Amino acid sequence: MKKWQCIVCGLIYNEADGWPDDGIVPGTRWEDVPEDWLCPDCGVGKMDFEMIEIA
Amino acid sequence: MNAPVVIIGTGLAGYNLAREFRKLDGETPLLLITADDGRSYSKPMLSTGFGKNKEADGLSMAEPGAMAEQLKAEVRTHTHVTGIDPGHKRLWIGEESVHYRDLVLAWGAETVRVPVEGDGSEAIFPINDLEDYARFRAAAAGKRRVLILGVGLIGCEFANDLILGGYEADLVAPCEQVMPTLLHPAAAAAVQTGLENLGARFHLGPVLTRLSKVENGLEAHLSDGEVLHCDLVVSAIGLRPRVDLAAAAGLEIGRGVVVDRHLKTSHANIYALGDCAEVDGLNLLYVMPLMSCARALAQTLAGTPTPVKYGPMPVTVKTPVCPLVVSPVPKGREGIWSVEGQGADIKALCHDADGNLLGYALTGAAVMDKLALNKALPSLLA
Repeated sequence: MKKWQCIVCGLIYNEADGWPDDGIVPGTRWEDVPEDWLCPDCGVGKMDFEMIEIA
Repeated sequence: MNAPVVIIGTGLAGYNLAREFRKLDGETPLLLITADDGRSYSKPMLSTGFGKNKEADGLSMAEPGAMAEQLKAEVRTHTHVTGIDPGHKRLWIGEESVHYRDLVLAWGAETVRVPVEGDGSEAIFPINDLEDYARFRAAAAGKRRVLILGVGLIGCEFANDLILGGYEADLVAPCEQVMPTLLHPAAAAAVQTGLENLGARFHLGPVLTRLSKVENGLEAHLSDGEVLHCDLVVSAIGLRPRVDLAAAAGLEIGRGVVVDRHLKTSHANIYALGDCAEVDGLNLLYVMPLMSCARALAQTLAGTPTPVKYGPMPVTVKTPVCPLVVSPVPKGREGIWSVEGQGADIKALCHDADGNLLGYALTGAAVMDKLALNKALPSLLA
């Protein structure tokens, strides 16, 4: 499971946790997150996230 | 020596452009100039700082020195550009002239201020950058009651955030609903009710006319005769693109600094992006369009002229008590609204005569539908 961070606001997407508020279930890999998913904090897109950690 | 690419401004626009540019060009000298302290931070986070109990230092992501190193750039802080001389490709910092290869205006927008009578006006705080936030936090320490001027996106976000941080919030604005330019009335009502359930008090219709110091705080006189008591006032009336230096240099000005799809102003070698720029007629004060512009302009500055494209640009409003996502109907388009849902969960959709989705406002549980709806939205700059 990997963690990805929004380079704009620092929000972290943890694959293990998913993002249930947007219907993304725990364990959803980054490549399976919808392409049009937006950072819940600042509104930028997937391309503005960088991988920060592989656990 | 080669003249540098010069970026004025180190907010999200300036630093993200520099970051994107350095991915493509590691050699060209790069100079960033800012009137502020040059710390890197994310402006949207200014309206979540109280709920997360973060000082300004906690919202800062990097010091200017670290940014300079990371970007292989010079970062000049607390430096005011006083003039631009497009004919000679130079700018002025007081008596000092700085030549540029290309100049990028990324100096943002300023808060709209309205005159208020009385001796309490120094207790009115705009919160438009990290330094403003630091000043407001210092002033708010130990205080309890905040009066917010404006019920737009920022006013509502601050209200939610301040209440989460333990403050009381009164909101005053001369309009009938929250976010009047952005939001369908049904969705606005849902957000307002959510904030009211949290304890926010709305005073819609009047304006603040007089702010007087009294024992134990401030007395705010509204134009309808109501008198409120508070300790501090946050001004969140609106933003206006900064254009003065550009206008003085003879650049074309509309609502913001006018640029084409290549982010080029009316003068060669001068570009603009972010909150100060009016891109092909659109002045959008949001992060997503700014990032699109930063990527396109970085390509252009690195030698590959690239027009910017905007897809759909839904806006997420940080009112966690009543989540809200809104995609305003593009300028010049007309449609019919339909509203489903009730209470906090509103799904307001706008379709044109052919059944195409033009825009939406989703609140509460209805925000779950945004990913599916975004696929059907029109692009703003195709």
